Amino acid sequence: MSEQKIASIIAKYRGQPSSLIHALVEIQHENRWLPREVMQEVADALEVPFAQVLQIASFYKTFSLTPKGRHEVHVCTGMTCHLRGAPKLLAKVEELTGLKAGETDAENRFTLDTGACLGSCSIGPELIVDGKHYGRMTPEKAEAVLKSYE
Amino acid sequence: MTMPKLQSAAELERYRAEILAGRDPALPCIAVCAGAACDGMDSAAVARAFLAEAAHLGGKLEVRTTGCHGYCEKGPNVVVTPGDICYFEVAPADVPEIVAATLKGEVVERLVYKDPVSGEKAVHMHEVPFYKHQMRLLIGDNPKIDPMKIDDYLAVGGYAALVKALTTMSPDQVLDEVKRANLRGRGGGGFPAGAKWETTKKAADKTKYVIVNGHEGESAAFMDRAMLTGNPHKILEGLIIGAYAIGAQKGFMYTRHDMPLLEKHVRNALAQAKEYGLLGENILGSGFDFECELHFDVGIFVSGESSALMRSIEGNPPEPRPKYIRTSVSGIWDKPSNLNNVETWANVPQIINKGADWFTSIGSEKSKGTKLISLSGNVVNSGVVEVPLGTPLRTLVFDIGGGVRDGKTLKAIHFGGAMGGSIPADLIDAPLDFDGMSKLGAPIGAGGLLLMDEDTDMVEVARYLMDFLTKESCGKCVPCREGMAQMLHILTKLTKGEGKPGDLEQLEDLAEVTGLSSLCALGKTSADPLKSMFRYFKPEYESRISVQAAGGSKAR
Repeated sequence: MSEQKIASIIAKYRGQPSSLIHALVEIQHENRWLPREVMQEVADALEVPFAQVLQIASFYKTFSLTPKGRHEVHVCTGMTCHLRGAPKLLAKVEELTGLKAGETDAENRFTLDTGACLGSCSIGPELIVDGKHYGRMTPEKAEAVLKSYE
Repeated sequence: MTMPKLQSAAELERYRAEILAGRDPALPCIAVCAGAACDGMDSAAVARAFLAEAAHLGGKLEVRTTGCHGYCEKGPNVVVTPGDICYFEVAPADVPEIVAATLKGEVVERLVYKDPVSGEKAVHMHEVPFYKHQMRLLIGDNPKIDPMKIDDYLAVGGYAALVKALTTMSPDQVLDEVKRANLRGRGGGGFPAGAKWETTKKAADKTKYVIVNGHEGESAAFMDRAMLTGNPHKILEGLIIGAYAIGAQKGFMYTRHDMPLLEKHVRNALAQAKEYGLLGENILGSGFDFECELHFDVGIFVSGESSALMRSIEGNPPEPRPKYIRTSVSGIWDKPSNLNNVETWANVPQIINKGADWFTSIGSEKSKGTKLISLSGNVVNSGVVEVPLGTPLRTLVFDIGGGVRDGKTLKAIHFGGAMGGSIPADLIDAPLDFDGMSKLGAPIGAGGLLLMDEDTDMVEVARYLMDFLTKESCGKCVPCREGMAQMLHILTKLTKGEGKPGDLEQLEDLAEVTGLSSLCALGKTSADPLKSMFRYFKPEYESRISVQAAGGSKAR
């Protein structure tokens, strides 16, 4: 994680309470989670109460209050993916990783997430790893995909 | 290279003429789709292969990366002009063959559309069944535009409507044209856009805002991002015209944070428009000032609700408020704020260009113009579709969609995502119309249309949708938060075969109370899918009870 980058994001929004979400989104994208100290720095710099930072950070699903694994595994649970077999795919991915949605394994290898909908319904069900789409995925093919991520 | 600011309408038209003079319509151009589905199938690798081939052809061939073409099922899509030759499921290995054929004016037969039944081929876009039943007024430009290049938008006549509005029309005349066009909101409500604009325009406060709602949280709806990612300037042009009519000084584009291409294209479009003098002070010398800011939804469905969305722009949690006073009167920072959906704004330039009479000649009696539809689920041809309102669902499902996948029969058509509804297959001849579909119990919503085949368990569908909504509720008001949790609890029992007598009656009660007493549309309409199921598929629900009442369970 680059502390300098985080510092520069915070500096950009200093004194602008209404930019709280902007600042948190950028830090989330950069650092992939929001450590408590960083949220405190945001609160001080943007001049908003720490409780409000925490309220925003815990409310929106994008923000993570715990560190994520090296690889973010996402199974789309949108309606079309659901109709085209996402529940079976998710069950298989849960079995392979030993994780439920929102969890990270002890080795910090994977974080599993679910959500709807990424809008590429035509190629559902979808497995997305670190932003790379694996379309028309089947439970059988999922193992090989996950194995390629260390 | 930076572009000097365009100071007047005449300068813009002169610049447009220069762009067109520099382009040869006979020069072969290959458009590679980078829409969400094609991108997911690595169309970027196809585009790279074309660029590599074109690099040593000395300008004999142009390659363009574009937004969504529409036929997502068969991506990666490639369209060759002149002639609009469509190639489907193109892989990087096919590229040299396509390039060679294109230079010779030939067609690669093996990559064109082939009818799955008759085997008949279709080479040109207007012959491909998926396209030929459509009227692509909004999305039709996508293959002609590299979304990163404002000049591509200008080349297809972009910003001509803005010029017309600023130089030949008063704000009142613009408003009047939109009102006469009877443009209805495309985001779900179907509320007349002109009436909404007028409310904000007439509100006492001088500071006013206009907003593009590009949140598109509805599951299985992907047409707004196809428009916004593929042709961002069209939406921006509509927004600037709307701001001029309303008298707003500032706009907000509110969209998803989780689509890197969408963010890149919109950011770039805003920067280019500013550079060209289409945003900022004294736009095209008209004296009209307007700025636009980009904002992101950070992952909750309820922030698509207008008052919640505005709280989010202010930097607060997206909790809706009661709407005794509309957001068009008191919205962002309590200022009058007019919010419309992406597709609604996209319709504005053509209404100004071609007039309200032209617009009202398309569509059904009370629903004018075209509608973008995201066609998916158990359908053969999924993708983004645009048809005139009033088109029978049969055309969408069979002529365009190609019917149900894997040779199965159609059981239900679902519209409007988690707050929509399902209707049985025998209502297939109903026209696509805001009011008609609402009466049937399957409101169009934003335009997500799902086909469900004979194997679909309708109880499970209702459970799935309720599960989605319980996770997306903001939790502020009790009826929504607790009512949905209870409905989900009962539905889950039903799907497990643990239903007991009285459950359906209790579901009906909960649906009614949650609908009547929730604060915003999310809670109010949360039971709409369930109500449509009770209307059309009740025996399926009853069967889950009777099995149990007879002393059996699914396991036995």
